[in-house]
Amino acid sequence: MPDRMPDPDGPVLEVRDLAKLYPLTQGVVFKRRTGAVRAVDTVSFALRRGETLGIVGESGCGKSTVARLLVSLERPTAGTIHYRGEDITRLSGRALRAVRRNIQMVFQDPYTSLNPRMTVGDIVAEPFEIHPEATPNGNRRRAVQDLLDVVGLNPEHINRYPHQFSGGQRQRIGIARGLALRPEVIVADEPVSALDVSVQAQVINLMESLQDEFNLSYIFIAHDLSVVRHISNRVAVMYLGRIAETGTGPEIYDHPTHPYTQALLSAVPVPDPDPEPESREPRTRILLTGDVPSPANPPSGCRFRTRCWKAQDRCAVEVPVLAVPTGLAGPGAHASACHFAEERAEVRE
Amino acid sequence: MTRLLEVRDLRVQFRTRDGIAEAVGGVSYGVDAGRTLAVLGESGSGKSVTAQAVMGILDSPPGRITGGEVLFRGRDLLTMRAEQRRRIRGAAMAMIFQDALSALNPVITVGAQLAEMYEVHRGMSRGDAQRRAVELMDRVRIPAAGQRAGDYPHQFSGGMRQRIMIAMAMALEPDLIIADEPTTALDVTVQAQVMDLLAELRREYAMGLVLITHDLGVVADVADTIAVMYAGRIVETAPVRDLYRRPAHPYTRGLLDSVPRVDHGGGQARRGHADHGRHGGHESHGVHGAHRGGKLYAIRGAPPSPLTMPSGCPFHPRCPRAQEVCRVERPPLYEVTTDAGTDAVANTGADTESGIGSGIGSDGRTSACHFWKEELHA
Amino acid sequence: MPEPFDTRYDMTEAIAPAGGGGGGGAVDPAASGPQGLKDRPRRLTLPWRKEPGRRLGGPAAPTGRGLWSDAWHDLRRNPVFIVSALIILFLVVIAIWPQLIASGNPYHGDLARAQDGPAPGHPFGYDLQGRDVYTRTVYGARASITVGICATLGAALLGSALGGLAGYFGGWWDALLSRIADVFFGIPILLGGLVFLSVVTSGSVWPVVGFIVLLGWPQISRIARGSVVTVKEHDYVQAARALGASSGRTLLRHIAPNAVAPVIVVATIALGTYISLEATLSFLGVGLKPPTVSWGIDISSAATQIRNAPHMLLWPAGALSITVLAFIMLGDAVRDALDPKLR
Repeated sequence: MPDRMPDPDGPVLEVRDLAKLYPLTQGVVFKRRTGAVRAVDTVSFALRRGETLGIVGESGCGKSTVARLLVSLERPTAGTIHYRGEDITRLSGRALRAVRRNIQMVFQDPYTSLNPRMTVGDIVAEPFEIHPEATPNGNRRRAVQDLLDVVGLNPEHINRYPHQFSGGQRQRIGIARGLALRPEVIVADEPVSALDVSVQAQVINLMESLQDEFNLSYIFIAHDLSVVRHISNRVAVMYLGRIAETGTGPEIYDHPTHPYTQALLSAVPVPDPDPEPESREPRTRILLTGDVPSPANPPSGCRFRTRCWKAQDRCAVEVPVLAVPTGLAGPGAHASACHFAEERAEVRE
Repeated sequence: MTRLLEVRDLRVQFRTRDGIAEAVGGVSYGVDAGRTLAVLGESGSGKSVTAQAVMGILDSPPGRITGGEVLFRGRDLLTMRAEQRRRIRGAAMAMIFQDALSALNPVITVGAQLAEMYEVHRGMSRGDAQRRAVELMDRVRIPAAGQRAGDYPHQFSGGMRQRIMIAMAMALEPDLIIADEPTTALDVTVQAQVMDLLAELRREYAMGLVLITHDLGVVADVADTIAVMYAGRIVETAPVRDLYRRPAHPYTRGLLDSVPRVDHGGGQARRGHADHGRHGGHESHGVHGAHRGGKLYAIRGAPPSPLTMPSGCPFHPRCPRAQEVCRVERPPLYEVTTDAGTDAVANTGADTESGIGSGIGSDGRTSACHFWKEELHA
Repeated sequence: MPEPFDTRYDMTEAIAPAGGGGGGGAVDPAASGPQGLKDRPRRLTLPWRKEPGRRLGGPAAPTGRGLWSDAWHDLRRNPVFIVSALIILFLVVIAIWPQLIASGNPYHGDLARAQDGPAPGHPFGYDLQGRDVYTRTVYGARASITVGICATLGAALLGSALGGLAGYFGGWWDALLSRIADVFFGIPILLGGLVFLSVVTSGSVWPVVGFIVLLGWPQISRIARGSVVTVKEHDYVQAARALGASSGRTLLRHIAPNAVAPVIVVATIALGTYISLEATLSFLGVGLKPPTVSWGIDISSAATQIRNAPHMLLWPAGALSITVLAFIMLGDAVRDALDPKLR
C-alpha cells in the first residue's frame, strides 16, 4: 500500500445532503422542462477507513444513483461529497482524475462490465494506461498478473477474452480492475446479484479478504438484505431517494425502528422452514400493500406514508428527519426517519 | 394412486455448434394435487428446460427430448397426439414465467387478454368473458380491477403484471401450474405478496404447483417437497424440512451454507462440513469490523458445461467429500433412510424404473451421492 | 422466456491448462490449496446464464467465442456467402486486370460490324459502333466496382464519424446533425443527381462518388448513432469513464469496436445499391460520361436498339444485375452472421 497516513477517526468519505434530479423534458429541439425525477434527495452518510457501509433498498430507491454520484459518473444537483476533506463534486480535469484513482467501482453485471473486445490483461491494465503516474514501477504485465493472482484467477490467463470466463470469474476480473490503482474506497453496485448462489459466496469472501488485506472501505449496494447484513459494518436503508434508517448491522436487522425496514425485513424469505418451531414464534410478516410511488411524483412529507400502517396526518405534512428518535435506548437508539419510530414488540420476544 | 404429474427419466439434448449437450440427463419427479414441489437449481442446472419439456414448449430445434415419460394423470404427454396435448396444456396445465412483461401481449389490454381465455376455451360471450376477467383480476387482488382492465401491460408495475400472469394461468382453473422463477424479477416486499397469493390460490383450488427457483429462501416457505438439480440431474429429493435440517447431498449442504442469512448475524458455521482442511473457505476468520459476518462457506469452482460433463458424479470436482469412486462411478439415486439401513434403489440408466416406484413415488428421500449416509450424519 | 437458453457453448475447457474435473481427480491439491478463495479456473463457462430481471436476449450476449469469430464460423458454412464472395472476388480481379480475360480493346470499333450478333471470338456480339460487347462488359466492371467501393467507404467513414460523435456527445450537436441528415434524406436521389451532376463536366468517377457519398452518409450515420447510443450504456463504458478515461479513448477503445458491426452490415448492402445508382445516373447521362466504359452508359446506348439488337442490352444489364445481387447477398449473409437476434 502507498504510504498514506491512516486516519483512524476522520471519515474517508463524507456525503452531505446529496441530491440528484433528472429533469423530465418534452420537445426535441426546444426542450421544455415538465418536471423532475428526484432520484436521490438529501442523502447524508459517512464512511470510515476499512469499513463497509451497506446500502439496501428496492429497485428505484436511488441506491445506484448514489453509486454513480460517488464515482463522479454523474454530477449531483445539490450537496457535497467530501473525500479526505475535499469536496469532489466541484472538481474537474486533473484534480478529478486524482480523486478517481482513490474511489473505484465494481459493477453489477459481469457480462456487460467487461469490454468483449479486450483481453483480460488489457482490461486490468487499462487503469495504468489512464493513470500512468500510478503505474507500479517495473513491469506492467507483472503487475497485472499479480492482480489476477490476488483475486484468485490464474495469472497465465492474461491473454484470454472475457467470454472465456464464467460469471464469477468475470466478476473477479472486474474487482481486479477496481483494485489496480490501489484505491481507498470501492463502490460496489450489486456486485453479486447476477451470480449463482454457489458462486456468490466466493465473491463475497474475496471482497472481505481483500478489504482486510488492503484496508479498503466499501460502499456495498444491494437489494439482497442477507448479503448486506453479512458484509456490512453499518447499513443504510433507502426508500424513494431518501435514507429511511441507518445504523450498525444488529441495530438495523435486530432492532429496526422504521416501519419500512421492519416490513422489508419481515418479507425476506429465510432459507429455513419455520426455524425451530418450539423455541421461536412464527415470523410475523408485514405485507405491504401497493407499490412504490413514482419518484417523479413522490408523496409529500414522509415518502413511505402511502404504504405505511402507522401513517397519520402529520406524516403528510412534515418530512421526518433522519435522527436518533427520542425515547429510544439501547440498540434501538439509532438514526431513523420516522415520526413514530419504535421497535416492533411482537417480533422480538 | 396415479399422481397428478410424474416425470420419469426425462432426457433433453441440445444440438449446438460444438456438439450435443445433454441439458437434462434423466430427471424424475412428481407432484400431487394440492402439493407444491420446488425444483431448486442454479443457472444451467436444467430446471427450466425440464419444465419446458413438460409443458411441451421446448424450442426444438435445437432442443430434443431423447427419452423418458411425462405422465399427467397417468397419461404420457410425450406420446400423445399434438391436438390432444394442446387441449390438456390449455385447460389443465398452465405456466407462469419470470418476465411478465414479455409474456403478455403489449398491444392488447389486460382485460381483453384475460377475457380471450374464456371466449376461446369456454365459448363465453364477450360480455360474460369481460365480467369474468374483471372478477379474476379482483381475485388476484389488483386494486380497482374494473377500471384497470382497460389498461395495457406496460401501465402496470412489475408486481401487478406478475399478478396478471397468475390470473391468466388461473383463468381456466388448471390442475397443475408450473411457475418458473415467478418472483425473481420482483422486489422483496412485492415478492412476498406474490408468493402468498400463489400459495393461497394453490390451497383454494387444490392445484399441484411446480415451483422452479434458485432462491433457497422462497422455497423454504411454500414447498412441500424439494428436488435439487445439478448439471441436468436431480441430486436430492426430500420433504422441505428434512432437506434444510439434514441434507443428504454435499451440494445441497454447500448451497445452504453459502447463503448468508438475514436472521443470523455473523458466524455462518451452522453445519458441520466434512474435511475442513481440504476445502478452504471454512476456517474461522478474523472478523474484521465489529459487526461483520465471518467467512461464508463457498463451494469452490463453477458448475460444469453440459458439453464437458465430468465423469462419474458430476459434482465431484467441486465436492469436499469426493473420493476415487466418485470420479469413476455415477452415483445412483439412493433411497435415504434416517436409520442405518440403506439400499440402492436405482442404478441410473440401466434400472430407473424401480427408482421411481419406491424412491420418489413415496414421500421418501433420495440422494445421488455415494456417501449420503456420511453426509446425513455429518 | 424464463431462462434464455444460449445454444452457443464455449469449448474453453479444451484450452484450459488447469485441466478440469474430468482428469483432475477428486482430490485436486492445486485447487484446494491453503487459500480457499483461490479456485483455479476449472470450469470456464456457464452456458445458461441467468440474469434475474434483466433484459432477455438483448443484443449484447457476448458468450460464445466473440462476435467476429462466431460470425466467421457462420459465414464459412453459408452457401450464399460463399457464392457471393466468389463472384465479388472475381469482379474485383477483373476490375483491376480486365485484360486477364478480355484481350481486345474496348474502344476499338469496326462500324462494319455494328449491331452484329455473336461471332467466333466475339461471343457477346458488337454494339452500335461495332465495338466488342464482351470486352466492354469486362472493362465496365472497373467503373462500377470503383464507384461502389469508394462511395461506400466515403459514406461509411463520414457517416459513422458524424453519427458516432452525435450518439456519443448527444445534446445540441446530436439534434443539429439529425436535422441535417433529415434534409439530405429528403432530397430525391434522381432529381438531386440530375441537378448536381449536370453542372459537372468531368467524365471521371469522382463526381459520381462524391454525389453518392453526399446522399449516402445520413443512412450510415443513423445506424452508427443508434449503435453508439446502445453501446454507450454498457457497463464497460461506464467503467472506463469511472476510471477517468478521456472521451477519445472511450470512443476508440471501447465504443467503436463494439458498435461497428451494424455499420458494416448496412454498408455492405448499400454497396450494391450504390453500384446500381451509378448505372442509373450514367444511363440518364449525368453520371459517368463516354469515353469511360461503364455498364450504365452501354445500357443507355443500347436501349434505343433493344428490338433489333437485344444482345447489346442484355450483357451489360446482366453483369450489372449479378454484381448488385452479389453485394446484396453478401450483405444479407453478413447481417445474419452478425445480428445476434437472428441466432
